[in-house]
Amino acid sequence: MAEHTATPGELYRAEALTRRYRDGGREVLALDSVDLHLDRGQRLGIVGESGSGKSTLVRLLAGLDRPTSGRVWFEGTEITRLPERDLGVLRASVQMVFQDPRSSLNPRMRVGDIITEPLRSRLVRRQLPAGTDHQHRLAEVLEAVDLPEDAGRRYPHEFSGGQRQRIAIARALAPKPEVLIADEPVSALDVSVRAQVLNLLTDLVASQGLTLVVVSHDLMVVRHLCDRLVVMRQGRIVEEGATETVYETPATAYTRALLDAVPRIRTSRG
Amino acid sequence: MSLLDVRDLQVDFGRRHIPAVRGVNFSLDAGQRLGVIGESGSGKTVTALAVMGLLPENAHVAGSVVLDGQQIVGLAERGLARLRGNTVSMVFQEPMTALDPTMRVGRQVAEVLRLHQGAESGPARERVVAMLAEVGLSDADRIADAYPHQLSGGQRQRVVLAMALINSPSLVICDEPTTALDVTVQALVLAKLDEVLDASGAACLFISHDLAVVSQVCDQVLVMLDGRIVESGTVEKLFTAPEHPYTRGLVATARLDLTVPGQRLPTVDDFYAGGDHG
Repeated sequence: MAEHTATPGELYRAEALTRRYRDGGREVLALDSVDLHLDRGQRLGIVGESGSGKSTLVRLLAGLDRPTSGRVWFEGTEITRLPERDLGVLRASVQMVFQDPRSSLNPRMRVGDIITEPLRSRLVRRQLPAGTDHQHRLAEVLEAVDLPEDAGRRYPHEFSGGQRQRIAIARALAPKPEVLIADEPVSALDVSVRAQVLNLLTDLVASQGLTLVVVSHDLMVVRHLCDRLVVMRQGRIVEEGATETVYETPATAYTRALLDAVPRIRTSRG
Repeated sequence: MSLLDVRDLQVDFGRRHIPAVRGVNFSLDAGQRLGVIGESGSGKTVTALAVMGLLPENAHVAGSVVLDGQQIVGLAERGLARLRGNTVSMVFQEPMTALDPTMRVGRQVAEVLRLHQGAESGPARERVVAMLAEVGLSDADRIADAYPHQLSGGQRQRVVLAMALINSPSLVICDEPTTALDVTVQALVLAKLDEVLDASGAACLFISHDLAVVSQVCDQVLVMLDGRIVESGTVEKLFTAPEHPYTRGLVATARLDLTVPGQRLPTVDDFYAGGDHG
């Protein structure tokens, strides 16, 4: 296993990450030689259109997929070639929240069982302190995401879209992760609910000391949550920097187009 | 006379008569564009389905919906089918619900044309390709021969738009037509919609939870909450001088570009405490 000397505070390092797959007879280059690093406590935004490779990149970081070539280190250990049974640290430390809480929550499970599910995983269990009380942790995370105590006994369909996304966030928090990866966390939500979930994520990052990675096609969402930003296009990183700098003075026409596309209220047309 | 006149529309569902729309009044002139904003469950989609005569069988409808001089409420399916496509058409959020995955998209657009105008297949092809080009699909010939799964989400939604427009309806109802799309593709589709509505002179009822999106296409807006219209007016008036506390909340949450990153965002609850908005 390749070790490398991590700089202090470094959590992730990725080198020349490439992912190809076959779609029918066609070969797709989803990720094309991407380098990335992420320090503890950073809030990184990954922005781009559909098919830009942003979701592929975070799936590789989370160990949910393997690269065709290139390497990923997490806390100084290369995870790219580790067998699944040795990924326990990663599985406990890195949690994901997805776009649509309707499809990411099992409709037949009670919310309490959904949230504590990561704690029962064989790989994650070994990483937790002995005697972790699931019911106690459930109560803690329900409170952290501002859901009522009795929510655990109910089913996902009894909740609104915004509440379901809170349930997904509570599940991600259950094993006390270091990194939260949110893939389009508010894209499926009404504008009126979006603000509440963004506020919740901001609060949680601060109170739980999380490192945050946010994937979005919407630069405004990333601007609100993240201090650093990479812009992806066709599997490559085309721009990166401090969020405010990229937002104020985008260096590429592509980033500018992403910014211009954000709908603003237009008070007179034509 | 208005193109569309909705009077005291009430819709409830099922044996328990769960109310969805509780007495809605509005009208729409020929060529006018009206936005309906509100969150999930506010009754905006049910209102649109009532205008299309597309409500499920367990819906109880009261009141009056007059479209192009014809009463929709209680109208038999045959009469409704004639109206749909000719007078009114609809674009939904998810284009795949409107497209047949097993049929080339050009044929699907042609079918809509033939169904209502009985056109021959030769000239139909030309009309279809011209319509696909009009909604901004470059290489319309190739697109016409593609199956839905071979197209991107934005291309699919523009095919649906072409289907909705090809019979030159008087009214196009759009229900969250860009919610499933990327911001860049959304901007493109909205600009195209604006353009083709201008060209055809069709009226538009545009439903969305997003005031910013609605303002790209409409000048007039209704705000719906719990099955009622709580405010109406121009986008400018709603935006600069919202009266209802709920509208104030919606306007505040819509302006992510005005906020300081990392600071707490205003929520609807800060303005309006009347409901469950979690």
